[in-house]
Parts: sequence; structure tokens; C-alpha cells
Amino acid sequence: MLADPSPPAAAIDPEPPPLAPIPYVVRSVTTETPDTVTLTIRPSATRRIATPRPGQFNMLYAFGVGESAISVSRATPEGELVHTVRRVGKVTNALAALTPGDTVGVRGPYGRGWPIAEARGGDVVVIAGGLGLPPLRPAVYAILSQRESFGRVEVIYGARSPKDLVYYDEIQTWRRRTDVRFQTTVDAAGRDWYGDVGVVTTRLPDARFDPPKTTAFVCGPEIMMTLSAKALADRGVPRDRIWVSMERNMKCAIGLCGHCQFGPSFVCRDGPVLRFSALEPFLAVKEV
Amino acid sequence: MVGSGTGGPRTLPREEFPAFFEALRAEGYAIVGPTVRDGAIVYDRLEGVDDLPIGWTDRQEAGRYRLERRSDRALFGYSVGPFTWKKFLFPPRERLFTITRDGPSFSVAPEATDPTRLALLGMRACELAGLEVTDRVFQGGAVADPGYSARRSRILRVAVQCGQAGGTCFCVSMGTGPGVRDGADLVLTEILEPGPHRFLFEARTRAGAGVLARLNAPAAAVADERTAGEIVARTASSMGRSLDTAGVRDLLRETLQHPRWDDVARRCLSCTNCTMVCPTCFCSTQEEVPDLTGATVERWRRWDSCFNLAFTELHGTAVRKSGLSRYRQWLTHKLGTWHDQFGTSGCIGCGRCITWCPVGIDLTAEIAALRVAPASTSKEAPR
Repeated sequence: MLADPSPPAAAIDPEPPPLAPIPYVVRSVTTETPDTVTLTIRPSATRRIATPRPGQFNMLYAFGVGESAISVSRATPEGELVHTVRRVGKVTNALAALTPGDTVGVRGPYGRGWPIAEARGGDVVVIAGGLGLPPLRPAVYAILSQRESFGRVEVIYGARSPKDLVYYDEIQTWRRRTDVRFQTTVDAAGRDWYGDVGVVTTRLPDARFDPPKTTAFVCGPEIMMTLSAKALADRGVPRDRIWVSMERNMKCAIGLCGHCQFGPSFVCRDGPVLRFSALEPFLAVKEV
Repeated sequence: MVGSGTGGPRTLPREEFPAFFEALRAEGYAIVGPTVRDGAIVYDRLEGVDDLPIGWTDRQEAGRYRLERRSDRALFGYSVGPFTWKKFLFPPRERLFTITRDGPSFSVAPEATDPTRLALLGMRACELAGLEVTDRVFQGGAVADPGYSARRSRILRVAVQCGQAGGTCFCVSMGTGPGVRDGADLVLTEILEPGPHRFLFEARTRAGAGVLARLNAPAAAVADERTAGEIVARTASSMGRSLDTAGVRDLLRETLQHPRWDDVARRCLSCTNCTMVCPTCFCSTQEEVPDLTGATVERWRRWDSCFNLAFTELHGTAVRKSGLSRYRQWLTHKLGTWHDQFGTSGCIGCGRCITWCPVGIDLTAEIAALRVAPASTSKEAPR
């Protein structure tokens, strides 16, 4: 056998791999609904991710189990992050089982968030369904923090039932504000529910906004987003000013693994927040 | 652009081809190239010229691949086999890093890449185009893949122009071959006749010129250059397949509901073969592999396929459940949305997906069928 000719040069010292998680510590865990918890986490060492913008997401890592793409529902300049996680699979079950003091891995932030600057000068309609509220929450706060830059602000939040509403206490605070109109509705409720009943689109006729000058941010289950976007478009909101946040299987979150493709888009890199005008032809087809 | 130092084309007699292996080694390269194994021509480490598929050729049709003896002793007298060069840059399985428990926290140890410099001997023109495609995928975005980039920086691209077209080849349609235009360090043309068995060598880069300078090969006769041109022209005129690429990106965007997808879905087995043999398919998944103590976890990346049901799993169920949707994703991506994402087609016309499909699905035929407007069905007719 011929000797390998290449003088094995000094081992190449690699940079931190782009897919490597950074350790964070769980500070608190709040139970939102029977299957959903909110994790507040902080960097455990000097390394931390850049501050996410509203609508971006992180890959959260449960040691030895794996990663899941979770939207950011709050991010402080000090590096604290808030993520709301629903138990649906192996990884999210492990994440939801974390307790204060535990370590969780984080990498991110990824994707393009809500184009809040583009919405300035006009009315804003925010429609959230179920766990669509967490990624919209930082957008609502960003809008409220520069309230004078926007016209009317309407928020419609719907869930399957009253027990599926997340951020319940915060919703009560928002409802008391006079500079934002906040409607809550549930698909079905018992007699102890005094609010509206019906899917989110049933609240749209009550919302006050000037359609041609309105920007809409929509997040929730895909069918809910499609119907909401169509209802907004029917009211006259330009399709390229209706933004929806897509969800797909993600492994790498940096456009290299191919899993999250939706038509021409890599949801991780081009989205998750995308224009309805670009998505509509593909949303109309089953299993794209 | 190569400086004058690279000189013009040279001619090397077949008997002296071992000297080329020596020159590659002297320049610090290990050699990978075509060799016969398990009834196919695959790409693997070569120790010498005798490892090449001397006197072998391949006969390919949809769903069929057979090796046959040639009447001559050609070294590169075949088209392309089931392997691609991709595996040397983007391995089928790769450990990305190792995560170790560190008190209540954890630490991540990166993986060093193999420092071996590889000469990829026998790259076809279409495969060089495939390399350009994977370069865009892995290095063209905001985050370059570190493993791919490291390995990519250590290869020498030794191209061999095709002396014959395979039964499923359509590089002419895709504009990728059979003549080598760009992207090679060295370009070889095997001349079997007239005259003695010999090779025309052409250096296209400084690295290629470095190898060529080590060969005692005389300047090529003008006639040899002309013969090389004729060989390429003959190959170009004998393509086994053709694909009409005009407007194919728009076609695929507009035919997502075409009944042809039902038709192909009835034949497709979702076996993933087409994605495994494709030089440009890049999809991968990641796996957590803990040790027995649970203190250390290895993160592995391995090839995945859009034909796998778990590929689109979301909230415990697949987005693309039907075989129809998965074949449609593959083809619309490869020939359509790839343009939107990477500014190029994902198809280089090598024909592997046709040859290695167990039921012989032929994408050139599928595209042709999608161009035919569907007849309105009775279902849609007003009652």
C-alpha cells in the first residue's frame, strides 16, 4: 500500500460550530395551559446570543434529547429570554419538564421578524390564534412603545377554549389600555365564559381600521392564518401588507438542511414572517 | 484566468499515466477516483492506475445499470455511476461536535476536519457544474457550512471530458457539458484513436499547472487538440435524453395541481434513491447520540431526503403525507424553486435519478408530460 502522501498539516482549529448551542439557565417556569409552559432563561456564562427582534425564533436544546424551533416572546437587553413551549413531541416535552436552575441550550436568533417599521404611519391589525400570540407579543410591545407612530391598533386573540388562552394576566392589562383595542374570543366555552365565542375572523367586522393604510400581522395555525389573511384582503388590506408567520420542520435554522422549505422560501431564513401575497399561491395547494 | 506560466496543452502517453499519479502525490494529494466495485463504477481512494475501471463501460437506461467490457483498454470509458463527489465534501454521516455535561451546564467541543488534500480524479463536466451548485448551497448564504468549506478548500479538481454519453445523460440540455468549460484545475481528454492511446492535459489553474509541471509531457500536437474537440462534439451529439428547460421554473409553479402528479405518484416508491444519487441534493438531518452514561452526547448530521415522511414532521404529523406531494416537492425544487433560492437550476443533467430509480421514473418525461395541458375531467364539467 502506498503511503498517504499528504503531510498531515497541523490539525485545523475550527471555530465554534454555527450549530452549537450556548448554555442558558432556567430562571422560572410558568404554567400557561394544561400543555403549555413559559420558560424564562438567562445566559449562564459570558457567551450569549444577540438580542432577538420581534418575530424571530431560537433553537432551544434539551441536553441529550435534541432541538426545537421556538419563537421568542420577550427579550431583554440584559440577555434574558422568554419562550412559550407547547408539549407536542420528544424535545418539547423535555423542554417543558425543565425546572428553575436547569440548563437549556440556545442558538439564534434566526429568521426575519415582523416589519414593524414598515407599518408606521398607518393602522395595525394583529391577529393571533392559540400559540400564535407568543411570537406576536414582542411586536405588540414594540408598537405600544412607539404608539404615536401608528394609527389605530387592533389586536384580536383567539383560542380553542378559555383554558387555552396564554398570558392571561397580561391580556387583562392590555384590555384596560385605551390606546389599543384588544378583543379575545374562543371557539367554544362553557357558561363561565363571559367573552366572545367564535373563530378570530368573526371579530374582524368589529375591528376599526382603514384597510388601504393598514398593516396586518397574523400568527397561528395555518388554516387560521389563511382565513384571516383572506378576510383582511377582502376588507381591502393590500395583500403585500398582510404578514403571516409560517411554521415548518426545522433542523438547522440557517438554510442548509432543506427541511423548512415552503415553495421557494426557506421558512427559517426567508421567514418565518412572510408576505401573504408571496405565500397565497402555495397556501392554496395541499401539502406544499 | 491562468497566467502564461501554465503553458499550453500537453500530451501524455497511456504508458506514462502512472507518472500522473506520482505527480499528484508529489503535490501533496491523496487520489480518489473511479473504480469497479459491486458491479458498478464508484468513487473511492485509488492506489494506482490499475484501480481505474480499465476496459469497462456502463450501459444505462431508466431503472437499469450494467457494467460491460469494452473492446479497448480505456481508463475513463464510462459515464457516471451511483456515487457522486459530493460525499467527499458533504459526507453521508458527519459528527458535527460533542457536547459534554459540565456541572449543571455543558460545553461543546468542535470537530476538526480531516486535513487530507484530495485530488478528485475523473470529474465530469456535469459534476463540476454540480460542485458549483453545492458551493452556492453550502457557501453562498449568510452562514457557510464549516465542514464543507474546509474540505472544499483542500481539493484538486481533475476533470476528464466525456468520450461517450450515457443512456440517461442530458447535460447538453442543462448546459453543463460534455465539454469542460469552468471549474476545473486540470482537464484531461482520453484519446483512444487514431494513433496510440494517450491523454491531452490542460492546466486551468495554478494548482493544476503545478501538477502538470511535474510531468515530462511534451506540448500537444494541434491535431490532438482538434481530436479532443471532436470527441466532445461526438459525445454531445449522442445524449441519451433531452430536457426542454424553456420556462421550466414558471411551468412548475403553475402546474402544482396538474393530474400528472397523481400519475407519477402511483409509480414512485418514495425510496429516496433519486436524492441519494443526486450530486446536488443537500438535505440533512441531525441526530443526538448520547453515550451510555448520558454525560456526553455526539451531534451527528446525516443525509436526509424530502421523500421521507418524517422530513416535514410538524406537531407530530407530516406536512407532506402523500407520495404525490413528496415527489412534487423534489421535482419542483430541483428544476424550479432552486432558481429562486440559489440562482441556478439544481439539475446538472447527469441522469443518475433516472438510472437509479427502481421503477424507472424519468424526470425528462415528467416535465414533458407537465407541459401538456390537462384535459378537463368530467368531475369539473358542469352537471
